Amino acid sequence: MTQPTLHQTVGTPFTRIYAVGAARGDLVVPNDDIVGPIDSSDEWIRQRTGVITRRRASDGIEAVDLATSAVTEAISKAGIDPSQVGVVIAATISNTVQTPSLAALVAERVGATPAAAYDISAACAGFCYGIAQADAMIRAGVAQYVVVVGAEKLSDFAKPDDRTISFLLGDGAGAVVVGPATEPGISPTVWGSDGSKWDAVGMDRTIKEHWENPEEGHPYLRQDGQTVFRWAVWEMAKVAQRALDEAGITSADLAAFIPHQANMRIINEFAKQLNVPESVVIARDIETTGNTSAASIPLAMHRVLEEHPELSGGYALTIGFGAGLVFAAQIVRLP
Amino acid sequence: MALSQDEVLAGLAELVNDETGIPTESVQLDKSFSDDLDVDSISMITIVQNAEDTFGVKIPDEAVSDLKTVGDAVNFIVSAQA
Repeated sequence: MTQPTLHQTVGTPFTRIYAVGAARGDLVVPNDDIVGPIDSSDEWIRQRTGVITRRRASDGIEAVDLATSAVTEAISKAGIDPSQVGVVIAATISNTVQTPSLAALVAERVGATPAAAYDISAACAGFCYGIAQADAMIRAGVAQYVVVVGAEKLSDFAKPDDRTISFLLGDGAGAVVVGPATEPGISPTVWGSDGSKWDAVGMDRTIKEHWENPEEGHPYLRQDGQTVFRWAVWEMAKVAQRALDEAGITSADLAAFIPHQANMRIINEFAKQLNVPESVVIARDIETTGNTSAASIPLAMHRVLEEHPELSGGYALTIGFGAGLVFAAQIVRLP
Repeated sequence: MALSQDEVLAGLAELVNDETGIPTESVQLDKSFSDDLDVDSISMITIVQNAEDTFGVKIPDEAVSDLKTVGDAVNFIVSAQA
C-alpha cells in the first residue's frame, strides 16, 4: 500500500515590517514625583539614566489595553484586514494573570480572529524574539501576516523605594505587522541566552514567598545594575556586530540604531563600542518614555519614524536584551 | 612583561580621566572611587572594562564591588598580571 504524500507549507522567501503602532501610558511622570522614597534627585536620575520623564498608565489601564491601541494602529497603517492576521505574538512580562494570554484577548479585540495567539516571556528581548518567530513563520508558510506586540505595565512592578531599576520603568505598547515581501526586509536573527546570569535581573521574590509573607508586598522588579550594564554594553556590542555581519552590511549602511531603551548610558556607550557613525539616527525614546521592556523597541521605532519619516525604507539595527539573561538582534527595513 | 604598581596607577589614572574628566593627578592610591572621586557605578564598570583591555587582565563582576579605592584596583591588576 502506498502512503499518500503529506501536504507541507511553503512560504515566501522574504518578509518585512509593514507598519508600526504605539501607545504610551497616559500619565507623564517626572523624576521629581518619584525621588522621595529613594532619597534621590532629578539630577541623580538624569545623570545615571538619562530619563527626564516616564510614561505610566492610570489605574484601570492595563498592558492589554495599551496593546490593543498599538495593534489597531499597526494593522490600520499596514492596510490589511484584521482577519488576514494569522498569528498574534505578545511579548510581555506584565500581563495581569498567569493565564490566559494577553495575545488572545488582543486578537479578539482587534478582530484578528481566529488567529493563533500566544505570549512569549523574553523580557526586554521579547520584541526581537517575536520578530524572529514572525519572520520564520511567514517564510515557512505558517501564516501570511503576523502581529508582534510588546506590551508592558511595569509600573505595577516598580517598588517605590527600590534604587536599582524601578525609577526607570514606564508603561506602553508597540506593535508591528510582519508580512511577505519582494526583497529581504528582516535579516537573520542573532539570539541566545545566558542562564548563568539568571539572577542579574528579575523579581525580588517569588509568588509563593508572597503568599507566605503577603505583608511585604507582591514581587517587584530588581536588578544588579553593574552586572547588567557590563553585559548589556560589551557583550551585546558583539551580538550587534554579529547581526550586522550576518545581514551582510556595516553600521555605515544603517539609517537608525534602535536598541532596547534600558538606560541612556547603556545606549550611548553601546553606540560608542559599535562605532555607529554620526549619520545614523540613534533612538533615545527612554528620555521621555522610560524603560518599557518588551515595548521599548517598537515604541522607539515609532518615534524615530515620526521624527524622521525620511528614514522609511532604510535599515535599522534592533537589539533587545534583558532578564534571563536573553538577547536577540536583527536588522530590519523600516516601514 | 608585568607592569609595576606605578605604571598601572598611571595607566588607570588615564582611564579614569577618559571616562570622568577627573585630572590624572587626583587619581591616587588612597582615593575612594565613590567617596573621593565621585565615580558612579556605571562609570566604574566602564573603567573596569577598559582596564581589562588596557592591562590584559580579567576583572570578574564579583570582584568589582571589592575595588573601593584606586589602590584596591591597582593591586588587583598588578596581582592579576602575575
